[in-house]
Formats: sequence, C-alpha cells, structure tokens
Amino acid sequence: MTSLLEKTKSTMPISSYLHLHPKVRLRALLALPMTWLVGVYIISLFLLLITAFWFIDPFTSRVRPGFTLENFVSIFTVPAYLSTSIRTLLIALGVTALCIVLAIPLGIYMAKIARPWVRNLLAVLITLPLWAGYLVKLLAMRLTFTENGFINWLLDPIGISGPGFGIPVVVLTLTYLWFPYMALPVFTAIRQIPNNLFDASADLGQKAWPTIFRVVLPLITPAIIAGSVFTFSLSLGDYLAARFVGGSTQMIGSIIAANINLNPPVAAAFSMVPIAFVVMYLLVARRTGSLERM
Amino acid sequence: MAGIESGHNLLNEGTTPLTSGVSIRGLSKSFGSVEAVSGVNLDIPQGEFFSMLGPSGSGKTTVLRMIAGFEAASAGSIFLNGQDVTDQAPFDREVNTVFQDYALFPHMSIQENVEFGLRAKKISKEERAAKATEAIEQVKLGHLSDRLPHQLSGGQRQRIALARALVLRPKLLLLDEPLGALDKQLREEMQVELKTIQRESKITFIFVTHDQEEAMRMSDRIAVFNAGKIEQVGTPEEVYERPATSFVAGFLGSSNIIDANSASGLIGMQEMVNIRPERIKLVASSETLGSDEQGVQATIKDTAFLGANTLFILDVNGITMIATRVNEELPGETKGFVVGDRVLAKWKKSHVTSIPK
Repeated sequence: MTSLLEKTKSTMPISSYLHLHPKVRLRALLALPMTWLVGVYIISLFLLLITAFWFIDPFTSRVRPGFTLENFVSIFTVPAYLSTSIRTLLIALGVTALCIVLAIPLGIYMAKIARPWVRNLLAVLITLPLWAGYLVKLLAMRLTFTENGFINWLLDPIGISGPGFGIPVVVLTLTYLWFPYMALPVFTAIRQIPNNLFDASADLGQKAWPTIFRVVLPLITPAIIAGSVFTFSLSLGDYLAARFVGGSTQMIGSIIAANINLNPPVAAAFSMVPIAFVVMYLLVARRTGSLERM
Repeated sequence: MAGIESGHNLLNEGTTPLTSGVSIRGLSKSFGSVEAVSGVNLDIPQGEFFSMLGPSGSGKTTVLRMIAGFEAASAGSIFLNGQDVTDQAPFDREVNTVFQDYALFPHMSIQENVEFGLRAKKISKEERAAKATEAIEQVKLGHLSDRLPHQLSGGQRQRIALARALVLRPKLLLLDEPLGALDKQLREEMQVELKTIQRESKITFIFVTHDQEEAMRMSDRIAVFNAGKIEQVGTPEEVYERPATSFVAGFLGSSNIIDANSASGLIGMQEMVNIRPERIKLVASSETLGSDEQGVQATIKDTAFLGANTLFILDVNGITMIATRVNEELPGETKGFVVGDRVLAKWKKSHVTSIPK
C-alpha cells in the first residue's frame, strides 16, 4: 500500500536536482564565463605583463625570459618614446573633449526638444558609424581630407586649404570613430533629468548657460565619465588612424605595432602605458567624487 | 484698497489690469488641436491666497505654468503689477514656483539648493549663505542643511522647496499641488503652516489643487476650473453656497442637484436647484412642515456610518437624494432610521439654491 505522504517523483530529474543543489547550480551557471575570463582574458594580460620584463638576446635576437626594467626605462629615456606617449595622451584627451562638447548640446536637443521621430532619426544617425567597418570609416575620412579631397575642394575658392594629414585630422577621425560611445550615454543621462529641474532653474532666475553648467553637467558627469572611458582608452590604443590619416604622426600604438615582431618585450612594456593612463584617469575622476554619485 | 475692490468686479477682458497683483486676460493655450485653456480672465490682488481648483486636466496647472512662464500662451495676456509679462522668460519674472514633486536639484545639498536662486542675483557669497541659512531655519530644517535631497523625507523636501522659493522674496508664489504627495496628517500641518507664511509675508499665493477641502480651508478666493474654463470665482462661502453651475455644486462638497423638470414636480420650482445633504433633516413621515419649510416623502434605501456623520441614501419617487446627519449622540442613544423606513425629508426654503446653468 502506498503512503499518501510519499513524495511525488519529478518528471524533470535534472531540473529538480539543480533546484535542490544551489551550489551545483551556481557552478553550472558560471563554468563557461569563468573559463573564458580566467583562461583567455586574465592569462593573456598576465603573460603580456610578464613579457614586458623579458629581454631580447643581443646575439640571437630572440626573446629570453628573465627580469629587466630596461623596457620600462626606455619609455622615459628614449626621447621619441616619451614624446609619443605624451602626444598620444594629448590626442586622446582632445578626442574626449571634442566628443563631450558635441554630445551635450546634441543630447539636450534629442532628449528634451526634438520630436520623437527626429529623436529616433538622430539616434540612428549617431549609431550609423558603428554599423560600418573600422577601415571603411578610416577610408572615408582619408578621402575627405586627402589633398584633392572634399575639404580642400570646399575651401579652395576662399583661398585656404584644409588641414593636411596630421594630428588635427587624427583627432577628428578618432572623434568620428568613438563619438557614439559618448553621445549615447550622455543622451540617456540627459533624458533621465526630470523636465521640472529645467523649469526650476529658470524659475529661480538662471538662464541657459548656468543651467547647463550647474544642473545638467553635474547630473550627467557619471555618463560623461563612462563615455570618456571609451573615447579615451580607445583613442590611446589606436594606431591605424595615425597610420592612414596622421601623415608622419606616431602614436603609442604605432610603436607597439612596429615592435610587435622586432622586440616583443618593448611592445609589451608600451602596452602598459595606455593602461596606466586609463587608471590615472579613473583615479582623477574618483577624486572629483562623481563616481560615488554614479 | 482699490485693488481688492476691482478684483471682484474686473472679470472681463479689456478692462484695466491691476497695478498691484496678477491680471489675466483672455488666456488660452492649445496643445496641437487640444485646447487646454480657453479664454481665462482673472484678477488676483496682491496679498491674496488664491486657489485654482479643478479635476485633473481642467487646465489649472497649465494656467499656472503660463503665469510662471514655462508655457507660452497661445492667446491672451498676463500682467504682473500692471506690466505685461506674457512674452517674458521665466528667469525674468519675479515669480517663484513650488513644484508638485519639489524639483530639488538632486546633486546639491539643501544649502546649495536654497542658494541656487540667489546666485543669479549679484549678491556676495556671505550674504547669499546667510539668507539661505535664514530661510532654512524659517522652515525649521536648519540641522539638515548639509544633506542631499534624497536623504530627506517628503515633508522635509516640501519645506525646502518652499524655502528655496521664499528666499527670493517674490511678490507672487505659485504652488502646483505642493501637498499632493504628503500623507493626511502632514498635509494638514503644512496647510496651517502655508497659510501662516502667506499671511505674515503678504506674498500672493496661487495654489493649484484638486482637493476641494484643501482649497476651502486655505483660500481667500477660489477659481473653479472645468474643461479649460473658469466656472466660478469666489470666496469659499460663495462657491459653496451659491454655486454658479451644476459642476461647481457637484465638485465642492456633496450635493443634491435636481433638474428643472423634477424640481417642478417635487417642490414647485421651475429651475435647476441644489440642496446640500447636511441641510436635509429626516423626521417621521407623519410630521408636518413649518411655514418656512419644504419636504418630500422618501424611503431610506441605504445608510452608512461615517464616524462624525451618518449618510442616508433616499429614494424620492424614483429620484435618489442623499442626506447627512451629524452624529451628536452615540449610536443607539437616538432613534435611528433603518433601511426601508418611510420618512419625511425636509429643509428650509431658504436652503434651496437655484443653479443658473
């Protein structure tokens, strides 16, 4: 005779087992992402760091394991290396600043003024560059700014010529490449500012500029920092822009690319420079207190 | 006090605006094809506590936003102290607003919030801080001036929003349902406090609310809004006792609105009338009426005990009426009527008010 209290057998044994064993469930959930994160992501970064302390055997020209700070010292002692690091930093800061200056008014317009269809159209236009390949966009900028290109054709009648390939065009190109990463978070953040804060600011006697500086800017700082982590670090790591539209401009990426086969330890050491810049940038951002209010 | 006298008479477009106070002439606002406000005329003399009362969507908030300058008028004019400010930006108007959800700047401390408006004026940092501190003390929150708005309760935020507006010493303060988010007890405290501040500061308050009790409790005069138009302007007594329209009669308090046809059958009056439920007395159906009284035979359909009052739903020859009785005695101490009883519902003839439309 079967007891009425006998447990009913589940029709789904695996699901029931997982339901009863939360630890197993958790391991099953994390197995794949952790393998990837630790096995590929962390280990490769770690190997890169290790390599930066190795050196090239002068006789065989082969990489030899060991420990030397020579590669890091060279960043500061070789004048071309040092100036390239500083140039890259300034280019990345310039790109970030330009993205911010463009994104704020656009974000205010899209979030608070534009009709819904205009807003959607602009959102598509902003993300449009993300749909095209990286090289396609570089080519587009190259064609625009090349010697017989569109800009010069446009400026020729008034007797001036556009900037030739060089730092300004690198900044414009990188801004073009990374602008969506700034524009979207800034737009989203502005959209979240209640309309009545704009009303309140005007009601209390403040005109448009003070309202942007005292109300909008502090409230979207977290979004600007989030966006600038992209624009700043992607600019720091880029080298194809410098190569195709930079004329003779060298960036950190150019040095890494040049050394990748020739002297991997130097390339590895140089890879730490953008990382160090980003870490410093985040520390500065944290000091302003804006990360706490994120 | 010419201002106050003209305030009662000047409700027509084209007349001279008040030299001290707010005047509105033919104000309209359309959103697309929807007319939110149409042809509003108002005169609010300086120092008055004026309420704009109406259901949601009746246009009262839109009028307030046009006075503040947040919305442009589609037609008509707004005058502040005799000056046409219709086309002025909000930051040029000496008007301040307490917003429905307070609109405190979330990234600024209480002190910074209150100082914000003072920044636009060219005054020294020390004076600014002193004035803000004083305003925060005035609303009894001096100990919280370093906090951020989200660390305050709803009632405290409300007070700060008030301090932020009052610190600028406006001639006119606009309040957009400022007490809507507070619970009942806090709301009643704030009503008293607002009224006190208004009386002492002599600032004109324009108070938007959908709560008729709140409007009656606080206001010198009330404008009752419906469908973008003002139905009636008057003191709380006027709008309650002599409602100009059936909408006003129905919106303020409970009422028994009887249309002209039924009224002629019931009480021999050829017009729409209103009898307030608290003016109707229920007595045994055999009683007789005094010479100044009217009455009808009624059947009690339902009763409800409401604490201070008891509510009776009456059936009068197919017409439903309501009557309330103040519970002066404990239940059981008086003979109560029960459902199904035949009673005489009576009232004084003078308590019947005719409603023009």
